[in-house]
Amino acid sequence: MSAARFPCLPSRMTLQQFKTRLRGASKGHSLLKKKADALVMRFRKILRELKEVKEEMLDDMKQASFTLAQAKYVAGDISMSVVESVKNAAVKAKIRFDNVAGIKLPVFRLMEFSTEDMAGIGKGGEQIRQAREAFQRVLEKMVKIASLQTSFVTLDEAIKVTNRRVNALEKVVIPKIENTISYILSELDELEREEFFRLKKVQGVKKRLLELEYQRLKALQKAQGGAPAAPSRPAPKAAPAGDLLDFLSTPDNDIVS
Amino acid sequence: SDEKMAAVQTFRDGEERLIAVIGDEDTVTGFLLGGIGDCDPRKNATNFLMVDKSTPLSAIETAFRSFTTRSDIAIILITQAIAEDIRYLINEYNQTIPTVLEIPSKDMPYDISKDTVLRRVKQQLGEN
Repeated sequence: MSAARFPCLPSRMTLQQFKTRLRGASKGHSLLKKKADALVMRFRKILRELKEVKEEMLDDMKQASFTLAQAKYVAGDISMSVVESVKNAAVKAKIRFDNVAGIKLPVFRLMEFSTEDMAGIGKGGEQIRQAREAFQRVLEKMVKIASLQTSFVTLDEAIKVTNRRVNALEKVVIPKIENTISYILSELDELEREEFFRLKKVQGVKKRLLELEYQRLKALQKAQGGAPAAPSRPAPKAAPAGDLLDFLSTPDNDIVS
Repeated sequence: SDEKMAAVQTFRDGEERLIAVIGDEDTVTGFLLGGIGDCDPRKNATNFLMVDKSTPLSAIETAFRSFTTRSDIAIILITQAIAEDIRYLINEYNQTIPTVLEIPSKDMPYDISKDTVLRRVKQQLGEN
């Protein structure tokens, strides 16, 4: 699984390129992790708030039901007239987008339109007015809860996506780059070794060629110089081979040392 | 998840939408008093449904489906008693908007363990 690497030419330039890519991927990874953490924190906050507000809403609903019962007691069955008087909504929900760590979360607000009051009921009756107020209070809580619910769902998705990207970087991209880098390094080492070996070989060959030349010259000297000089001159090497030895000691441009 | 994101994106920032309600007579009356009621005479469409013992299940299903697919509703209030009747619809409903909000009804005490959305919330809390 971790044998995967990017196909590339192993050179110092590509090594540099991949090192840069590794830095980029690591930076991206840590940034995404921070983003995921921020999202999770916001998520927890929403969860707690959701529970709280929903419980408050339950109380408000009880209250509102009570006021409605009172209104009915006083004004009789108002449901038909209420239904009939429905025209355009006086109360709506306005949606706004809140930005959290790059994610747009929807937020609802209760919007009131001051239309003329419902004809059939009018403002009639203290109890009806109270009931209306009670239900409007409930509606505010409802809208808040709806906001929290939508944020919750949106955040959930966002967190999943971000985590997926973090894992992709961590488990796939970064190991792949690291494998590529180690491959390049090992190839470069190999090339260096080969180069070194080649140089050594060349040196060896040159040395041998030198030796052969020297032997040849010596043989030539013997043939020319004749008997007298031969035995007691162990150091003819010095003079005639002088230029050869010089050759060995003078710097050779082919050998990089 | 892409459809969810797309659903949210169809809202413009600052757009206003309706609040729908499906409930018993008293609940709906109360919220209509609060002012959420809307009636479109051209389409003969309302954003509320009063449910009593004689209301057929199909009517509730139709209303729920219609509210969730309409493009002018942001929130659907539904009493838990009725939510129980169409629990299967609510459980498979997974759009972000409109959001479904279960509210208590008078005859039935609100049971937090039945609320679909809160159950998902609890699941998340349990995982994290």
